[in-house]
This record gives sequence, C-alpha cells and structure tokens, in this order.
Amino acid sequence: MDLGEINPVLLVASLMVAATPLLLAAIGELVVEKAGVLNLGVEGMMIVGAISGFAISVETGSPWLGFIAAAIGGAVLSLLFVLLTQFALANQVASGLALTLFGLGFSALMGQSYVGIKPPSMGDIHIPLLSDIPVAGPILFQHDPILYVGIAIIAAVWATLKYTRVGLILRAVGENHDAAHALGYKVIKIRIMAILFGGACAGLGGAYISLIRVPQWTEGMTAGVGWIALALVVFASWKPWRVLLGAYLFGGITVLQLNLQAAGVAIPVEYLAMSPYIITILVLVILSADKSSAPASLGRTFHASL
Amino acid sequence: MIVLEKRPQPSKAWSYATPLVAVLATMVFGGLLFAILGKNPVEAIGTIFWEPLFGEFAFYYRPQLLVKGAPLVLIAIGLSLGFRAGIWNIGAEGQYIMGAIFGAGAGLAFYPMDAFFIFPIMVIAGAFGGWLWAMIPAFLKVRFGTNEILVSLMLVYVAEQFLASVSLGLLKNPEGFGFPGSRNLQSYESAHNAELIAGSGMHWGVVAAFIAVIFSYVLLNRHMLGFHIRLTGEAPRAAKFAGVNPARLILFCLGLSGALAGLAGMFEVSGPSGVVSIDFNVGYGFTAIIVAFLGRLHPVGILLAGGLMALTYIGGEIAQSQLGLPAAAIQVFQGMLLFFLLAFDLLTNYRIRAARSEVA
Repeated sequence: MDLGEINPVLLVASLMVAATPLLLAAIGELVVEKAGVLNLGVEGMMIVGAISGFAISVETGSPWLGFIAAAIGGAVLSLLFVLLTQFALANQVASGLALTLFGLGFSALMGQSYVGIKPPSMGDIHIPLLSDIPVAGPILFQHDPILYVGIAIIAAVWATLKYTRVGLILRAVGENHDAAHALGYKVIKIRIMAILFGGACAGLGGAYISLIRVPQWTEGMTAGVGWIALALVVFASWKPWRVLLGAYLFGGITVLQLNLQAAGVAIPVEYLAMSPYIITILVLVILSADKSSAPASLGRTFHASL
Repeated sequence: MIVLEKRPQPSKAWSYATPLVAVLATMVFGGLLFAILGKNPVEAIGTIFWEPLFGEFAFYYRPQLLVKGAPLVLIAIGLSLGFRAGIWNIGAEGQYIMGAIFGAGAGLAFYPMDAFFIFPIMVIAGAFGGWLWAMIPAFLKVRFGTNEILVSLMLVYVAEQFLASVSLGLLKNPEGFGFPGSRNLQSYESAHNAELIAGSGMHWGVVAAFIAVIFSYVLLNRHMLGFHIRLTGEAPRAAKFAGVNPARLILFCLGLSGALAGLAGMFEVSGPSGVVSIDFNVGYGFTAIIVAFLGRLHPVGILLAGGLMALTYIGGEIAQSQLGLPAAAIQVFQGMLLFFLLAFDLLTNYRIRAARSEVA
C-alpha cells in the first residue's frame, strides 16, 4: 500500500469529472421536482442518453453532435413519462420505474454493435493564462467543455428559479398545483417542459459517462448514478448550488475509493466499491429529518376537473 | 376535444381488461420492434408465446415455466402488499441476493454433514437474510423518515458487491481450483432443493410460491392487517382515523417482501442455479415489479402474470437461439408491457368523453 502515490491535484481534478454526470442528472431532476413531479426514471434516461450520445458521436465523429443527440434521447424517453403521468394520469413512482426498466433494456439493444469501440475524444480546453496557475490551474481550468456547461446549467437554473417569472410560476406549480391552476397557469404544460428539461439533462449526464468519463460503451454502465442523483436532490434540499456541492462530495468519494483500490489499501475492493452507495444512504438518513423544503405537490397527480 | 372524467369508482371490467389489452398492445409494438430488428414479427411473437407451451420441445420448456415463474411470483406477492399501501420496496433484487447468500451460507456451514434438518435451516436463513436486508430501509423509514425507494435501491448495489465479495472469498469453493463461486449445492444432497417430482420443474420454491399466493389472498381479504394495507393505499386519511399504525405497516410490508425475496433467492441458489457466483442474480427482483403491476397487485393476478412473464423469459431464450433475437429485446419487451399497462389503466379510473364546446 502506498498512499503517497495518490496525487492530490489529479484527485481533485478527476473528482470534478466524476461529479459531472451526477451534477447534470441531479440539476435536471431538481427542476422536475420543483415543478411537483417525481420522475424516478433518471437512471433510464441517463443510460439512453449514454448510448444515443455514444452512437451518434461514433457515427459522425463529433462529440458535440453526440451530446446534442444524448439530450434529445433523454428528452424523448422522458416524453414517455409525460404521456404516462400527465396524460394517462398514471402513478408517478410506477411510471418512473417503468422508464428505468425500459431504458435499460432499450439501451442494451441499441448498444449491441458499439461494445468495445472507442468514441472520438472531445479534448480538454486549456483556458489561457488561468490554466497555467500551479495547482489551481490543472484542477479548475483544464477540463472538457461539458464540465463547464454543467456548472453553467446550475447557475442558469438557480437564476431562473430565483429571479425570473418563469421560475416563480414553476415553483408555484410545484407547491400547489390547484392554486396555480386557479390563477390560470397551465400546470400540465409547465410540468411537461420541466420533465423534458430533466430528461435532456439526464441524457447529457449519461453521455458524459460514455463519452468522457469512461469512455466506452458497456451495458448498464450508469450503475446507479441516476438513483444517486435522485438522492442528491434530497441532499441538496432542492437548492441548485447545493447540488453542485453534493455532486462534488459524491464525486470525491467515488474517486477516492477508486484511488484507494489502485493504491492497494487493505480493505477489499468490493467493500470500497460499496462505499458510495452506503454513504448515499447515510446522507439520506441525516437529511431526511428536514422535509420542509420539499415542493408540497411533489409526486401528486394533477387533474383539472373543469 | 377529449376530456377525462373521473369515475366515482374504478371500473371493475376495465381493471380486468387492461392487463389483457396491455399484453396485446405489447405484442403489436413488440412485433414492430422485432420487424425493425429484421426479424419476422409473427414468427418472433409465435416463438416467444407458443413454442414454450405447445412447440416441439414443450416437454422440456414447460417445467422451466415453474422454475422461472416461482421466484417471480414469490417476490411479486411480497412487493404487491407494500405497493398497495404505498410502501415502495424496489430493492427486491438485493434482498433476493442476500437470501441466497444467507441460505447457501447456512447450508455450506454444515458441509459435508448429512442431515434432514439442514434444508429447513437454510430456508429459515434465506428468509432471514432477505428480511434483514429489507429491514434496513424499513427501520430507517420508521425511525428517520428516510425515503425507502432510494435506500432499498442503493442496497441492491451494496448486495451485488457483497455477492462478489463472498463468491471470491468467504463462500468460495475450496476445491474449485481457484475459480470464483461456491460449492455446487446440487451435489450436496442435504442442501439440494431438488425437484419433488422428477422432470416436472416442481421444487420447494414453487410450493412456497403457491403458499404465498394463498396466504396473501387470505391476508388481504379475511384479515384486519390486510384490510389496513388496502385502506392505507386507497384512503390514507381514513386509515389514519381508523387508527392504523403506519410504522407497524411499514415494518410488516417491507419485512415480508424482503423475507419472500430472500426465500426466492435461497430456493434458486439451492436448486436451479446451485452455485453462489458473481453473476448469480439475473434481475428477477426488478422483473417482479412488472409482475406485481401486471397482476393488478392481486394474488391470483400475480400468479397468472408470473406465468406470463416466465413465458417471455423462456420464449425469449428460444427466440435468441433460433432467430438470433438479441437478449435485450426481451428486456425491452417486458419494459413495454409495464408502459402499456400503466397507460391503459387510465380507462379503469377515468371515463373518456368528448367535451362539449364551452365558453372559456
């Protein structure tokens, strides 16, 4: 065992990479839940995004097109959730599970011919001057563009929810859909937009795993990240910047346990691999005492009885 | 314009019809999917649904129906009780794994002793393992209000890692030439969950599944606790006034579903599978969720749905070898089924009407 081999700068830099898929999926789900909808299909949308992005970027040679395809793929799958929960008024928990089960199968089917292929690389951007700063440079300013896109989405969601009319309406719909309906807001329409946004973000997160983090395609490669993202929204008490914090915390745990595995710590590999899931549970336990910040209409079906 | 009008009471007729309509719709859309994959849809659907029952080698496949159906029914019965009360245990896969590990562990602890009591001990240990694993989300929900969906699901991944750990370490076959995986319980007579009637596929797990169906039917229809479960699901406020103890209900529903999933895992590892290995679990815990919904959360319905789902597993395998249909296509097929079921359920609870034009 040699803990000295773990380079702290690389560790923090790879922590940000590990956190990005989580962050993307969680910020999308945060918007969905703020609108009062509980979509448990994050894992399914992520894996479909992962394979759509992978396939398109391999076929076209452009990672950017891949990411766009991933967002579309995630959104299209979430459209099924829209049909079930907003039009067929089905139970949201069951519909979300259906989305995940279907997504896992569908992605495996689509991905058959892509196993073992290396996707085109996106390359890191080195921000001039800033990336040359010792320590902080490699940690903060030498990443792939999508990582920064993720942070930008968080900032945008935060600003939208806090300062704009759209954000206010979205929150109103999530807190009390009957009141929002009475005020003349289109509850269903707003929720549909939120769900599609959540699907697109989850798709991006999935593609980040298959195109940048790993990068290759294997069946079921999201391995529960979508579910951790759901937990992360609770952890963040539905606040955008806390999603960032939480994602980096979980990213840090993931990277640290991988590094410890590589360094050959005396703890068996399997127990280290369990740790992100166990820590997720612990965090949920600690934070579940306070439910006051959850949107009041979360998970309830809305049906205007004219 | 079409509007939905909530029915004062869910339609009985539609609640029976929706699963059938959903199966038909899945066949149509599944056929389309297979056509896109370049297979003859009629042949593919025929292979999946007809071949295992009435085809040339049906004598081989029919027993498989029991073998594959039993764990699905066993798990789904447990899940359905919780789902009825709005308690979402979606980590049955993890409880299934833990049941298998505990059951096999108990059996292997006695190796190579020969005694009649070993198998019953394994059964108890298996149920205990699943129960224990399900008690974690149950306890956390009761004590801290933690979301049981997320906790039970996280524990699936933990259980998978634990399975990897024991099949490489604790339960590894000492005479296995270093390969991962435990001793084969099929060749250890006292621990073997053998077929009760040779060639029928009938093993103790199948018996347990039938008992679970009967037990659950009686519980839901003739017992106060079953009434409380239904009441909590259908009218939570009324349940509160009636003095239903939610904590007790959570502990019971999660515990029972965990124990049943554990039993399913134990019967599987000591019978059809025989070995605790890294890839022992094949997703029964997740498919059972579909089975529970397809069976309308009703014990008899689940029995039928379990049979149907087992059919798609076996038919899928046949289609895989005969038509080269990818394994994932069956997974998509099963997912589709749940989709259509949830969508058509609209007709149970709502009436579709053409709206008269109104002044907005």
